[in-house]
Amino acid sequence: MSFRIIVLAKQVPDTRNVGKDAMKADGTVNRAALPAIFNPEDLNALELALRIKDQMEDCEVIVLTMGPFRAAEIIRESLYRGADKGYLITDRKFAGSDTLATSYALSLAVKKLQPFNLLISGRQAIDGDTAQVGPQAAEKLHIPQITYAEEVLAVTNDSITVKRRLERGVEVVKSSLPCAITAHSSAPACRYRLAKNIMKYKHARTVTELQNETKDYTELYNLRPYLQLDEWTADDLLADVSWLGLSGSPTKVKKIENVVFQAKDSKVLSSSDEDIDNLMKELLNSHVIG
Amino acid sequence: MNNIFVYCELTEEKLIADVSLELLSKGRKLANELKVKLEAIVIGSDLKGIETQVFPYGVDKIHVADNERLFPYTTLPHAALILELFKNENPEIALFGATSIGRDLAPRIASAMRCGLTADCTSLEIGDHYENKTQTEYKNLLYQIRPAFGGNIIATIINPDTRPQMATVREGVMKKEVYDPGYVGIIQDIDLNVLTNADFAVEIIERHMEASKINIKNSQVIVAGGYGVGSKENFKLLYDLAEVLGAQVGASRAAVDAGYVEHERQIGQTGVTVRPKLYIACGISGAVQHRAGMDQSAQIISINTDINAPINNIADYTIIGNITDVIPKMIKYYKANSK
Ligand SMILES: Cc1cc2nc3c(=O)[nH]c(=O)nc-3n(C[C@H](O)[C@H](O)[C@H](O)COP(=O)(O)OP(=O)(O)OC[C@H]3O[C@@H](n4cnc5c(N)ncnc54)[C@H](O)[C@@H]3O)c2cc1C
Ligand SMILES: Nc1ncnc2c1ncn2[C@@H]1O[C@H](COP(=O)(O)O)[C@@H](O)[C@H]1O
Repeated sequence: MSFRIIVLAKQVPDTRNVGKDAMKADGTVNRAALPAIFNPEDLNALELALRIKDQMEDCEVIVLTMGPFRAAEIIRESLYRGADKGYLITDRKFAGSDTLATSYALSLAVKKLQPFNLLISGRQAIDGDTAQVGPQAAEKLHIPQITYAEEVLAVTNDSITVKRRLERGVEVVKSSLPCAITAHSSAPACRYRLAKNIMKYKHARTVTELQNETKDYTELYNLRPYLQLDEWTADDLLADVSWLGLSGSPTKVKKIENVVFQAKDSKVLSSSDEDIDNLMKELLNSHVIG
Repeated sequence: MNNIFVYCELTEEKLIADVSLELLSKGRKLANELKVKLEAIVIGSDLKGIETQVFPYGVDKIHVADNERLFPYTTLPHAALILELFKNENPEIALFGATSIGRDLAPRIASAMRCGLTADCTSLEIGDHYENKTQTEYKNLLYQIRPAFGGNIIATIINPDTRPQMATVREGVMKKEVYDPGYVGIIQDIDLNVLTNADFAVEIIERHMEASKINIKNSQVIVAGGYGVGSKENFKLLYDLAEVLGAQVGASRAAVDAGYVEHERQIGQTGVTVRPKLYIACGISGAVQHRAGMDQSAQIISINTDINAPINNIADYTIIGNITDVIPKMIKYYKANSK
């Protein structure tokens, strides 16, 4: 039986490039203006999985992503880079999920893919930086966890040895399998797309995407059934709806406030020699510096 | 109402970590407000006398699990012991450091207890809530306050229906304050019998820990650079200025993400919180996540080409100009005029 690795990958708004045009007049971010990207540390997670696949006789890498229809891009991107299969978990019922509800839905999807040997996620998603979904999914599956993985040192059919990157150093740990791993950004960067995989999967679509296509893919899909990407809904996962979405999320947003600046009466200076010299003189005289 | 629990981390030297002492200080204040008790949890080995480190922070009870297999930290045994404790004690609030340990442990606990957890809070308060939908009044909830993705937005998160109300907080966000040097609480041993062999599925094979080399938290003057610094080369200017001023170099996350500086220098909600005498923000726009880590600086100077950059609103001095032009002038004047 083959060694099965499941990778959790999320599509996130690119918070690192919140440019000026991405801001609305009221000071909030215009999400629509932000490009949607593969969460950076989930690419590290995918690479850790692919490296294990490279060295194992018989290993498959399956990517799970939960999100709106356009998150199917994450699956195609993963296939281009060497994953074997992917599932999009999508349902209106998931809307408003906090990390607990998200990890519940993802853990049900993982259970559907049992038996598996490894579950690899990113450490954290850049839209919230919570780093909670990986450990929470591990708990729901009752498996041990190794967070902040930088390198997989050894893997066999029933154990894995991992180097972890901590705030103040590194640790090497060994765990029985199945276990969950979260990938740290210091893990190797993900390999590029392979041209042959792009050729193979560029027409891969979910059912929903196919409905919006003008081209008829029926014949192609009869020939190459692997191009059909699976979508799983809450019903497919046999989910208890009270554990999903807003009702399954114990955290509630009580209030969102735009920050009102306690505008200090700031002295505005130019970059002229005179202005800078006067400022430095003031700072020296008041012993703030020097 | 039930009590407030703080999970206390141990350093390599078997001292209670600063972040935990800070959380105890905050926990004591919340406990006073709610008129409940403050309890600490310490799990590790060779813990004889550890209580003397925590009692002065106003701890009414310390739960200790002392066993050689419990240090260094691994997830499962610590989680199992805390879960058993929480099942019996049903805490109102549980606080963890937003450290590599706290962020590994707290989500595991929250998932098992099916309760809410808010990461990287920048403020914790007590307040009420009225739920319109169900017309229910909730008294004395924990407001978990943190910047939210979305520009200049601060979100207040609550967990009305689940307990404990859980949050993680970064080091430096709360202030460490001794409550009463003579304060003494009760010591209670945690029952180790709940641990099974399965809890030791992860085995530590090797560890290399080092004291962190960069310490910007305690610096009196900080020269911080943002994405506007433009390059790793330009960052050298900031190091030069820091060197003459005896300052440390800090950074925004955009500068860290761009690879201009190490992550240890990041200031803000998901970095370090600083309160220096002087903060010089070079090419930093002043997003709320950044300001969360520096707005308590005594004086702020902003150097920015954009007069409308939000950081200027909290600056005492705003220099409108290019950092490559301004910083060399500052260095030049300082060298010529300081003794
Ligand atoms: C969950 C989450 C957590 C986060 N945590 C943090 C955190 O802990 N710390 C943090 O800093 N950010 C954090 N951020 C990111 C934050 O939202 C901002 O994106 C970031 O702080 C912006 O960095 P910046 O000001 O350097 O870059 P920008 O916003 O790009 O600003 C650059 C500034 O430089 C000015 N400039 C350009 N060229 C020059 C020049 N030659 N001379 C002078 N000025 C110039 C520009 O006018 C502009 O004001 C977080 C975001 C999220 C979503
Ligand atoms: N919607 C999602 N779909 C797939 N994976 C996710 C999702 N949300 C979170 N994850 C995984 O969990 C990790 C941590 O996410 P977070 O707790 O949101 O910081 C991410 O790096 C992903 O690997």
